[in-house]
Amino acid sequence: MSLERSDVERIAHLARLEVAEKDISEYARNLSNIFGLVAQLEAVDTDGVKPMAHPFDAVQRLRADEVTESNQRDHFQQIAPKVADGLYLVPKVLD
Amino acid sequence: MQWEVVIGLEIHAQLATQSKIFSGAAIAYGAEPNTQACAVDLGLPGVLPVLNAEAVRMAVKFGLATGCEIGQRSIFARKNYFYPDLPKGYQISQHDLPIVGRGALEIELEDGSIKIVGITRAHLEEDAGKSLHEDFAGLTGIDLNRAGTPLLEIVSEPDMRSAKEAVAYMRKIHALVQYLEICDGNMQEGSFRCDANVSVRPKGQHAFGTRAEIKNLNSFRYIERAINFEVERQIDVIEGGGTIVQETRLYDPDKHETRSMRSKEEAFDYRYFPDPDLLPVVIEDSFIEAVRATLPELPAAKKQRFEQDYGLKGDEAAILTGSRELASYFETVVQASGGEAKLAANWVTSELLGALNRDGKELGDSPVSAEMLALMIKRIVDNTISGKIAKQVFAAMWAGEGDADTIIAAKGLKQVTDTGFIEKIIDEVLANSPTQVADYKAGKEKMLGYLVGQIMKASQGKANPAQVNQLLKQKL
Repeated sequence: MSLERSDVERIAHLARLEVAEKDISEYARNLSNIFGLVAQLEAVDTDGVKPMAHPFDAVQRLRADEVTESNQRDHFQQIAPKVADGLYLVPKVLD
Repeated sequence: MQWEVVIGLEIHAQLATQSKIFSGAAIAYGAEPNTQACAVDLGLPGVLPVLNAEAVRMAVKFGLATGCEIGQRSIFARKNYFYPDLPKGYQISQHDLPIVGRGALEIELEDGSIKIVGITRAHLEEDAGKSLHEDFAGLTGIDLNRAGTPLLEIVSEPDMRSAKEAVAYMRKIHALVQYLEICDGNMQEGSFRCDANVSVRPKGQHAFGTRAEIKNLNSFRYIERAINFEVERQIDVIEGGGTIVQETRLYDPDKHETRSMRSKEEAFDYRYFPDPDLLPVVIEDSFIEAVRATLPELPAAKKQRFEQDYGLKGDEAAILTGSRELASYFETVVQASGGEAKLAANWVTSELLGALNRDGKELGDSPVSAEMLALMIKRIVDNTISGKIAKQVFAAMWAGEGDADTIIAAKGLKQVTDTGFIEKIIDEVLANSPTQVADYKAGKEKMLGYLVGQIMKASQGKANPAQVNQLLKQKL
């Protein structure tokens, strides 16, 4: 499978990445190569092999339901570009 | 053309944990903005989410109560989208292997018939923060306290065929999660809300029509109105020669309409993949059995028991088992009154619920405790007061004037069973009502009721009505 320019533009948009016009064809080629590798993998007979969700052969540790964090709002908000009334301010988003 | 409505619901129940699903931040409602948002919730670099054991236990409890399969190996996935209320750029949810799999729930329809609604799955996920669009001079304010709050998303099969069925199903789940004590059910605070997938198709057609998803319905009334509006809109579009577009719509209760949320259209490509920060969750049989041991008696079983053990009618039993708290109140009244189940059911469903409703109070705030109501019922049974006087006593208890015995003594409400006293009143009333007495003797039977009324009035309601009837008939 090979990717078109429009695919690259769409993927970039979904990931909120800005891609320079001149780089698009190279990205399309590189991503298509990755698809080629995936196609090779898909050709392998995997009947009876359980899909892997994680490379480690381990299971998730659970934590006790306890409040262990304290309020560090002032600390965190020092790195925020803009705050007001305890809120983080961001460019307007509306539905 | 005859249309058939097809509805599936996605219910979000906020789990009643102390801390968030992947962090140790508190989830108390109404806290100052961002005071309960820690590094994990903010999605700062280098943090690691660790799953809350209690959220897992609650999800399993729900699965067991609904007879769903339990996903003994379950995977968390990243659902990718950009919105500032989720600063990581993805929501941790479940995709391929949810914690709770297929099951079903019985709902009772208005005509009393039973319908089975399939549950597709229920999965754990984190909630997003809140956006505040007002007051910030062209900017949006973000409060991330809610980000990371544990949610159980319960997905139904498209089995419902009317707004009423959808509401019945939602109510059933609402009662169930509260019975299980895994969600407080508070819809105003958003602890229990739902999205509805609605489509229509010509009656008899097998294939589903194109659906629209109505977001964030947080009251039973809104869900019914929103679905009915959406059904009419879709039928109008199709009958007008148009086609339905698959989209997300928002219900506006003020305008009573649904409208398209265009900004979400592009976001449908969520690019799920397993979250590398979280390992597969494995649930051992022993864990499941330990959770099973904590399951309470469920509403349907309780209702059946109430009908059998207490001889209650179906609708009474349904009301009394509507919440675990009310059922337990009722059973306390029965026990403390010495087994007066029918009287207890009567007083709880009419007087108590009526008063709570009238004053907008919750059962927990009732000024009349189960023990107080039981004592009053005992006084009806031992003929200290009549049922009619009991209403006065109840009102006085509600007003905080003490228990039944105190009120009966203070207001002199004790029923009079002294025959001589009652006879004296009867004689007076008969002497004052010659016409009515003559009418009665001439065959007007209903004059008896009039005379009893007069006698009860003259005794200020304190005469024993059965005795009055008997003595009056003798005298006439």
